[in-house]
Amino acid sequence: MAYKNFILVCAGTGCESNKGIEIYESLLREAEAQGVKNDVQIVKTGCFGFCEKGPIVKVLPSESFYVEVKPEDAKEIIAEQVVKGREVKRLLYKKDEKSASNVKVEDIEFYQKQFRVVLRNCGVINPENIDEYIARDGYSGLEKALFKMKPDDVIAELKASGLRGRGGAGFPTFMKWDLTKKAPGDVKYVVCNADEGDPGAYMNRSTIEGDPHSLLEAMAICGYTIGSHHGYIYIRAEYPLAVERLKIAIKQAKDYGLLGKDILGSGFDFDIEIRLGAGAFVCGEETALLQSLEGKRGMPTPKPPFPANCGLWKKPTVINNVETYVNVAVIMTKGAAWYSKIGTEKSKGTKTFALTGKIQNSGLVEVPMGTTLRDIVFDIGGGIRGGRKFKGVQTGGPSGGIITEKSLDEPITYESLSALGSMMGSGGMIIMDEDDCVVDIAKFYMAFCCDESCGKCAPCRIGTKQMHAILEKISKGTAVEADLDKLEKIGKSMTKASLCMLGGSAANPTLSTLKHFREEYLEHIRDHKCRSGKCKDLVVYEIDASKCIGCGLCARRCPVPCIAGEKKQPHVIDKSRCIKCGECFKACKFGAVAKK
Amino acid sequence: MAKMSLEQLRKLREEKKQDLTRREVEGKEIQIIVGMGTCGIAAGAKETFDAVVKAVEEKGLGEQVIIRQTGCMGLCYVEPTVEVVKPGMPTVIYGKMTKDVAKDLVAKHLVEGKLLDDHIFDRPAADIMKK
Amino acid sequence: MINAKINGMPVQVAEGTTILEAARKVEVKIPALCYNDDLEPWAACGICVVKLEGSPKLVRACTTPIAEGMSVITNDPDLVQTRKTVIELILSTHPDDCLACPRNQECELQRLAAEFGVREQPFPKMLRGLPVDSSSVSLILNPDKCVRCGRCVKVCQDMQNVWAIEFLGRGANTRIAPAADVQLNDGPCIRCGQCSAHCPVGAIYENDQTREVWDQLMQSGPEAKTCVVQIAPAVRVALGEAFGLKPGANVTKKIYTALRRLGFDVIFDTNFAADLTIMEEGTEFVKRFTNMATGKEGPLPLITSCCPAWVDYLEKYYGDMIPNFSTAKSPQQMMGAMIKTYYAQKAGLDPAKVFSVSIMPCTAKKYENGRDKTMWSSGQKDVDVTLTTRELARMIKQAGIDLVNLPESEPDSPMGPNTGAGVIFGATGGVMEAALRTAYTLITGQELKDVNFTGVRGLSGIKEASVHIGGTEVRVAVAHQMGNIAQVLEMVKKAKAEGKETPWHFIEVMACRGGCIGGGGQPYGCTDEVRTARIRGIYDADEGSTYRCSHQNPYIQQVYKEFLGEPCGHKSHELLHTHYESKPLYLK
Repeated sequence: MAYKNFILVCAGTGCESNKGIEIYESLLREAEAQGVKNDVQIVKTGCFGFCEKGPIVKVLPSESFYVEVKPEDAKEIIAEQVVKGREVKRLLYKKDEKSASNVKVEDIEFYQKQFRVVLRNCGVINPENIDEYIARDGYSGLEKALFKMKPDDVIAELKASGLRGRGGAGFPTFMKWDLTKKAPGDVKYVVCNADEGDPGAYMNRSTIEGDPHSLLEAMAICGYTIGSHHGYIYIRAEYPLAVERLKIAIKQAKDYGLLGKDILGSGFDFDIEIRLGAGAFVCGEETALLQSLEGKRGMPTPKPPFPANCGLWKKPTVINNVETYVNVAVIMTKGAAWYSKIGTEKSKGTKTFALTGKIQNSGLVEVPMGTTLRDIVFDIGGGIRGGRKFKGVQTGGPSGGIITEKSLDEPITYESLSALGSMMGSGGMIIMDEDDCVVDIAKFYMAFCCDESCGKCAPCRIGTKQMHAILEKISKGTAVEADLDKLEKIGKSMTKASLCMLGGSAANPTLSTLKHFREEYLEHIRDHKCRSGKCKDLVVYEIDASKCIGCGLCARRCPVPCIAGEKKQPHVIDKSRCIKCGECFKACKFGAVAKK
Repeated sequence: MAKMSLEQLRKLREEKKQDLTRREVEGKEIQIIVGMGTCGIAAGAKETFDAVVKAVEEKGLGEQVIIRQTGCMGLCYVEPTVEVVKPGMPTVIYGKMTKDVAKDLVAKHLVEGKLLDDHIFDRPAADIMKK
Repeated sequence: MINAKINGMPVQVAEGTTILEAARKVEVKIPALCYNDDLEPWAACGICVVKLEGSPKLVRACTTPIAEGMSVITNDPDLVQTRKTVIELILSTHPDDCLACPRNQECELQRLAAEFGVREQPFPKMLRGLPVDSSSVSLILNPDKCVRCGRCVKVCQDMQNVWAIEFLGRGANTRIAPAADVQLNDGPCIRCGQCSAHCPVGAIYENDQTREVWDQLMQSGPEAKTCVVQIAPAVRVALGEAFGLKPGANVTKKIYTALRRLGFDVIFDTNFAADLTIMEEGTEFVKRFTNMATGKEGPLPLITSCCPAWVDYLEKYYGDMIPNFSTAKSPQQMMGAMIKTYYAQKAGLDPAKVFSVSIMPCTAKKYENGRDKTMWSSGQKDVDVTLTTRELARMIKQAGIDLVNLPESEPDSPMGPNTGAGVIFGATGGVMEAALRTAYTLITGQELKDVNFTGVRGLSGIKEASVHIGGTEVRVAVAHQMGNIAQVLEMVKKAKAEGKETPWHFIEVMACRGGCIGGGGQPYGCTDEVRTARIRGIYDADEGSTYRCSHQNPYIQQVYKEFLGEPCGHKSHELLHTHYESKPLYLK
């Protein structure tokens, strides 16, 4: 026996608080009451996004999309939709007041706030089967370029699309390609930077794992455009699955003649090789990457000369990151006119982000440029886990800065993020809540940069180390106020005098937290207090004798152990031996353990 | 396959597109697609995949069901994720599809024609290639 | 030409000129630590940052080419503060023992700190206590003093193509170290010392052996020895720099006086041994050249062997070309052998009671004097201690000798007087030119009218010339700066492999840029300008010489008559020739 209808009730946190469960139960009751419980299955589902119009109820197979549903609407939905097979018009989503009300789910563009251009094939096709890529218009961009366009037409198309590099500062892609095309030389190279190294960022990995052919297609288009016959994908060895899928994809493309000699009979030759990086963060910096690709120690070199003129083995080289290339494949397939409608005036297209940290729905998201951080954090991400308070979001990884509550409504563009003291970066987005300590965050990123500095230039090599030492002192409560001035002094010099962006931006997390949360820094220094309790040296655990019932649970949990007391008598923590792990605090059911 | 000409590529694309609209792969009409990115695999997608294979065999559905893999669907917080395409049923994505739940999935969704409660998640965005 | 402005002053320079170079044209000095005129800018230190009007970002003056219309600001308070902070950061990782440092008063970091008026060190010291590597007899590596400017690495890899030094570790743990993290002596290092000459601080320096020499000079009683010293050609035109004289100033005769005042008993000149080398090597060449058809005297091209760093390089990298190598010892070692045999005999001294010291522009010479058992040809160690020019300068200063105002004096006979051919050994092309001057006479029996072979002179990395001697064409090549050598040798090997005639008959190789005048043991601050001045000094000395060909030196003629017999004869082979063997790049 099969159901005729399926009613999906959004029971995500947003809708749940908006009575999703009540609606679900009402629908069940009504189906029973109206005698159709065998015709319809009612299920609870995860969040549909679009929470401002919640609770949301979807009916399949009619794809009716009901918004702002109330429990009392259950009767009507069952009566109309299930019994009579008609939609409940008044509940249907309306794009605006005038438009027709029977909007199908698929027609509701952006209803989920996400828009998947780069990730269009991720989670849709089998990445190990080239046919599935081809079926979704794969390699039609290359086809168009090879047979219908001259290299300059491709550049014009890219210019019209407004595409800017997705790896960092947002240099116009067409300009990079054009410079390389015009650079003198017979031998040129196409390089893909797949050395994604920001803590918390995995957009490129997922993109390659889900849709490797998009990258290959775009690199071949680039080769055709600039007059190169050889491409390299520099990918970290820590991405074995991505590497494996790339290998399979390259083999399939070669077998089909979509890579290699005389592609599709066009006379154009292009080959791609994979080079594994050993996991140095600095090798994500393009000049260091090129050094590493040449087999040398990965250290940035000065610019100029730029890779467009003097890149790999001193030959003109285009180097773009994975996301930039994948965008190219879409632009060539769907056209610049289509593409340039997405995003803002200066920042076109979409951006992928890896949403992690204290967020309800962590995941790989893609939004049109210009989407606000609030939309990403609260709608797509479902807000902060456990109902805690939002503190900030770190974009751009260790190179970015913290963006606070007051800037959440800022639309995301290259310019707006740098104006906020952060950067687009490759797309890591780490959400922090009130339990995170800014000193601890700054210290974490500084330790990362300190470890990952290539050691070439003095400001970065020594500056990161000295700044980390000061942050360490602050977190231990041994710093003085003048240390904050030193942080700023080193930070400013490091930003100005470093050779590459690793050093040039390493101070961003510290300087931005210092700007937005100076009070918290001062609390650490003056009051020896860390309000979130992350800085263990500043935390003291004590048992409030008036609340302790002497159950002994804390003492049993204590790993040292340093909690003692008679049964049913208030217990005491030996502070001299306490390692501040916080287990007692978490264990106590009576709130008797205090964190100070 | 030998190296293709432009015409051959175009022909192949059309053929494969039709396969997609027929929603039929290799003559089998039920598809179970497991998200096998690093995020999914880390959350146990391989075990899920194996559990689905086993459950499908146990129920004797091997003839009708094809089990495939795909990349990350973007729902990393509810990995492993599995998409199920079955005629007469809405196409849905299930999240938190651990190997134990996977058995349930086969029993309920494929055999009984019922959706699984509390595991359905929405695809995060409309498919731009459909237009 | 590019028109731009630096601090408001108009400047016109060729396209491609960097901001740092352009600034010099308008007398603006942009401070830098990693920058060195010899090397491609490496852009590591971050001190040379400047502002471009209308741009918020700072750029590095060392690598940024000046562009049309650019307006550069090099010294506003903000820049000074940024640079000062960077210097303070560098100081936080640098030991403060300047007073006991080999680079005291010659340290570029010390100078920067002084110029920037560093009066406190705001950042805590973060020293790593890395061990000193003193495995090499030539060079000492003190990685704790290293400022990671990268000059040594660039010199060793790019200029010299030796790859003995590399960066290891990363971030704050980055250090310079022998490649593969071996001890310096166990790796490919050829001890040319160019790293030490380019190091801005006291992280790589020559193994200072002045103590051993002082001890012997001060010795009295039964332990006392006759202290004999020789000075190399290139030392005389560079030592003055350590005393404030201009590069190229020839202080030969003041050095003789200074050496006497230091307590040396006998002063000889390596130039004399250079003349001797020409007699031996020149004869060797003539034998091979005139027997080219049969090859019974050895293969062509003949390759010179007076540079010990080059000898080491050949043994490590081109062991297959050993048969082409001249077996003649270097002038230092010929002189050492002659001191402890010919001179000792003549002076009635027990060779064991002779202490032989050489003053060289070179750190590799410290290694050469113990290279193999042929360096003990007198039965004693032929050269007991080798000091570099820098060490000699230090001894002269320690002794309170006012070199600049010293009276001049002559070297001792019989191994002091020398020819212009001997002195030009100090410059690239000099050995070749000296050899050709004598070979001409050996082959034709006639004296040259014009002894100047200018085609082999100058700083271009590989020089070729062809000379007609007695109706036959002699093709020669001269290469200096180790990185230029591979190209020459590969061409020789290629011709041989293809069965073609050798492109050259005679090849001179010197490991250091400019030859010995640019040696790794010379006073600091060597640039092409300095090299050119030193070379000028060398050729001026040549032109001012009574004799300009080695075979004309009456004392050379006397030595053969009295002691050696004939060039490449039996005694020569015992005392003045050596042999070579292929060596691995890494000992362990």
